Amino acid sequence: MSVSPQDVEKVALLARLAISESDLPEVTERFGRVLGLVDELNTIDTETVVPMSNPHDMHQRLRPDIVTGQNDRENLMASAPAQEQGYFLVPKVID
Amino acid sequence: MSWETVMGLEVHLQLATQSKIFSGSATAFGAAPNEQADAVDLGMPGMLPVLNEEAVRYAVKFGLGIGARIGERSVFDRKNYFYPDLPKGYQVSQFFAPIVCEGVFEVPLEDGSLFPVRITRAHLEEDAGKSVHDAFSRETGIDLNRAGTPLLEIVTEPDFRSAEQAVAYLKALHSLVTYLGISDGNMAEGSMRCDINISLREKGSDALGTRTEIKNVNSFRFVERAIHSEYERQADILDSGGSITQETRLYDAEQNVTRSMRSKEVANDYRYFPEPDLLPIVIDAEYIEAVRATLPELPGAKRARFTADYGLNDYDAALLVPNHALADYFEAVVTARGAAKPAANWILGDLTAALNRNEIDITSSPISAAQLAGLIARIEDGTLSSKLAKQVFDGLWAGEGDADQIIEARGLKQVSDSGALESMVEAVIADNPDQVAQYLAADETKQKKLSGFFVGQIMKASKGQANPQMINELLLKKLNDQS
Repeated sequence: MSVSPQDVEKVALLARLAISESDLPEVTERFGRVLGLVDELNTIDTETVVPMSNPHDMHQRLRPDIVTGQNDRENLMASAPAQEQGYFLVPKVID
Repeated sequence: MSWETVMGLEVHLQLATQSKIFSGSATAFGAAPNEQADAVDLGMPGMLPVLNEEAVRYAVKFGLGIGARIGERSVFDRKNYFYPDLPKGYQVSQFFAPIVCEGVFEVPLEDGSLFPVRITRAHLEEDAGKSVHDAFSRETGIDLNRAGTPLLEIVTEPDFRSAEQAVAYLKALHSLVTYLGISDGNMAEGSMRCDINISLREKGSDALGTRTEIKNVNSFRFVERAIHSEYERQADILDSGGSITQETRLYDAEQNVTRSMRSKEVANDYRYFPEPDLLPIVIDAEYIEAVRATLPELPGAKRARFTADYGLNDYDAALLVPNHALADYFEAVVTARGAAKPAANWILGDLTAALNRNEIDITSSPISAAQLAGLIARIEDGTLSSKLAKQVFDGLWAGEGDADQIIEARGLKQVSDSGALESMVEAVIADNPDQVAQYLAADETKQKKLSGFFVGQIMKASKGQANPQMINELLLKKLNDQS
């Protein structure tokens, strides 16, 4: 499967990765190689195989609906770069 | 050109669990910012989710409530996007294998008919946090109390053709989930939020037009207005030969318009993949039957029972049933030997009006069901005329005791003693010879009108306590005796 530099730029944007103009050709080439591997996997007939959503042969354990959390705001916010009035502050988001 | 609206709805329903879907933080509304967000909710490195059993049970309850198929093996997936109020950079949701699969939900319409809405799926997911844009001048504040609150996203097929159908569905859904007890349904607090997928097509066409999605509408009224406003916008574009851009829009209630949310367009590629930190949820038949056994009587069954057992019409049943507490109140009145039809009339009329006027919920009604039943019994046995009954109602509302006490204290007994009434009638006839002459000279239709004058005089003389039916009979007899 061929990958264009534009495909790479789109995926990079979605993943919030900065890829410089000079790195783009090499990254595009490596992307293509990975997808080549996927193409190869796609040739295998999986018609009769149940999709595996998790490698463990177990199912989900559930916990009772009990509040165990306590207000630990001060501690949890200690590493935040900016905070005010109990809010985490981030650069202005405009919608 | 004549356009037909085609809509599908997505409802985000907040489930009424005590703790979050993947952590032990509280879900209570109104806490100070970030006081109900722990390391899991904040997406701290190394934190692992543990699924809340109640969230699963509520989702299954919903599925059984609409007769849907329950996914025996459902799987969580990561929905990837970046936004500051989504700490992990992905939302844990269910994409490929939802917990509730296809079903049909029958929605009562105003004309009493049932409108079947096909439910595509309903899946469990976690809510994001809240961004506060206007409290800070140069920054956006992030409150993660809501992050990790369990949601059930309920998706329909594009079955709606009008705003009325859409609103009827949402109201019925609201009623169902509050009956099931899986959500408080508090729309003002965001417990039920609606996304509307809407497109237009030529009337008679089968093809679907390009749709837009109106996000996060949180009241029935706004849903109706958002649909009308988006219809106008799309019809204008299509009428002038333009084409619709597929995009996400927001409804601005103040301006009554929808606006494009440009920032979300590029991100509309979520790259779902199975959540490796959670194992599949396996639900067996035994579990399903155990949940089924806990289902209460649902609105559809209750409507049917109210019409069959109490002889209510569809209209009254449709007004009483959606609010569980109101339906319970009605049954309590009837059980306390209040007649069903008058009970419905009083509850939906005077009582609802008084409750609304004073902004009181039926559960805190100052008039108990037994007291209302007592009032109705006194109307039924002829002690009270409808006019006197209103005064007793006011007394009940004011806390003056039960109906019999108020009748006694206020001296409101209807006079049904024929001897006493007869002398009142005779007195009024004797005092008004001109009107009597007029009456006797008039034709039948005019007589009917003129007799109202005498009734009014008698009611006045009796301070409203004369039995109006008996007055009418006596009056006609006495007047005709004059000729």
